[in-house]
Amino acid sequence: MLQFLIKRFGQSVILILIVTLITFFLINLAPGGPASMMRMDATAEERAALSERLGLNDPIPVRYGKWLGDAVQGDLGPSLSSGQPVMDRIVERFPHTLKLAFWTIIFSVIIGVVLGIISARNRNTWRDHTINFGSVIGLSIPSFWLAIMLILLFSVQLQWLPSAGTGEGFVGQFKSMIMPVIILSTATLPTIVRFTRSSMLEVVSQNYVRTARAKGMKEKTVIYSHALRNALIPVISIIGVLIPRLLSGTVIVESVFGWPGMGRLIVEAAQSRDYNLVMGVTVVATVLVIFSNFIVDIIYSKVDPRVKNIG
Amino acid sequence: MSELTQEGVAKLPIQERGFINFFRKLAKNKIAFISFVFLLLVHLGVFLGQFVWTISPESVDPANSLASWTSEHPLGTDDLGRDVLARLMYGGQITLLVGFFSMVFTVLVGGIIGAVAGFFGGWIDIILMRFTEAMMSIPNFFLALVALTVLGKSPFMVILVIAFTSWMEIARVVYGETLKWKESEFVEASKTMGSNAMRTLFKHIVPQIIPTIIIASTLGIAWAILTESAISYLGLGIQPPTATWGNMLQNAQQYIWTAPILGVLPGLSITLVVLAYNFLGDGLRDLLDPKHHKK
Repeated sequence: MLQFLIKRFGQSVILILIVTLITFFLINLAPGGPASMMRMDATAEERAALSERLGLNDPIPVRYGKWLGDAVQGDLGPSLSSGQPVMDRIVERFPHTLKLAFWTIIFSVIIGVVLGIISARNRNTWRDHTINFGSVIGLSIPSFWLAIMLILLFSVQLQWLPSAGTGEGFVGQFKSMIMPVIILSTATLPTIVRFTRSSMLEVVSQNYVRTARAKGMKEKTVIYSHALRNALIPVISIIGVLIPRLLSGTVIVESVFGWPGMGRLIVEAAQSRDYNLVMGVTVVATVLVIFSNFIVDIIYSKVDPRVKNIG
Repeated sequence: MSELTQEGVAKLPIQERGFINFFRKLAKNKIAFISFVFLLLVHLGVFLGQFVWTISPESVDPANSLASWTSEHPLGTDDLGRDVLARLMYGGQITLLVGFFSMVFTVLVGGIIGAVAGFFGGWIDIILMRFTEAMMSIPNFFLALVALTVLGKSPFMVILVIAFTSWMEIARVVYGETLKWKESEFVEASKTMGSNAMRTLFKHIVPQIIPTIIIASTLGIAWAILTESAISYLGLGIQPPTATWGNMLQNAQQYIWTAPILGVLPGLSITLVVLAYNFLGDGLRDLLDPKHHKK
């Protein structure tokens, strides 16, 4: 177990290093990089001062080394647009994204598993086909458009739900999260449904389930206390795959609903060409994704002892 | 005796018959076939419609802005009084072309990486597939936004960025297929007969993977169109005045209270086209890859 953990941890660190390398060099080598921030009418002194401030005088590998050294200590440099430390801006935004992501995972796992079981138990019937059809639709609708349509219906027409913001008080917060969570789920739910369905079908065809049935157990007992438990184990692993997708989804959803999270932060950063911030948010998002994958792996290996050998 | 021979000849698989057969089979899958016909019509409408509907998508008419549906403007006008029907066709061209070429690059990058890793094995395999896994486990939409911020927002850059953030799925599929076919007897035979690695890979293995690639490409176009429209919607993709369905939506959102229909049409176009590509891709999978039938 310890060996497995160390190996996975090492892989995670390498992965994070690769991403920082890609983003750092992309940003600093591209013609539109930080150097292009300088205004055309800047005097030679202003240019020199800005270069000095941004540390543009050193060769890029040296700058990467410095950046990495600071980043390890939690210093991602100043935001070029506001002057605040990048880390502060991220820390301020992160809880909002976490809240959305957490409830989306809870919501889509519960609904997805239920629909997946219904689909598998009614295989090749109209129920199965309808659920499958719905999954394809969910994956095909652009999330921002669905968001606008829901706003049109629930905020403009019916005036039930707020169209933007995080809401005040418990009821307000709950109301303002309904639409964002539903929209984020359209990206995660279909995958969970399909995965649960095929995992369920595989388990149901196994010997021990047949034995349980042969013993004369009720179908419900067979499904819910024997099959389901084993069918759900692989579903844990799919959550790890869904986290990056979920985080990408927050970029859109937070922008539509004016939700002050990290997704919206990177759009703001990209629009104002705040390179330090863009870099910082990307790296923090990557670390979060890899860290949560790491945790999912640990849970998975705890639940399913067979995994350790594959590591 | 001669009758039997004739029948035998008639049953020979001829290339054209193959295509007709293919469509006959496709026609049996109703959803896939309807999707195919629908896509054909949309592409015809978007690319040839401008010869029938000759109003310029750029001609501004401020006096007649946000107009509702009239015979002059069947789908109304936008905030600057531009004809929505013309803009939908014009924006559709960009959206569909960007979708198509993103898919081409995605398949090229993913296909080459997957095939090379699977075929050569060893450390090439380890490096390439670990890299693929790494790219899969990061939020690559963030990376796409970073890339577009520094590289610019031209259609070509958007295509490249989409391709370089979505090739991993295809790489994995092609990798798996290559591993499978590498062990097959005819590939062994070709190696024994002295054909070099490149020839074996491209002459013998790649043709076997083509059905898989066709399926992945169809689904890949759907994905690329969605990604492009999302990027454009955020204002970080192709810039106005060049219209795409995505940036038309971005513009329409400001008028959601006064002219909600402006926001409905481009989104509906994206949804229907993406849906059709997804259904067609699923249908093709049933047709071309019978082993992968639904459990």
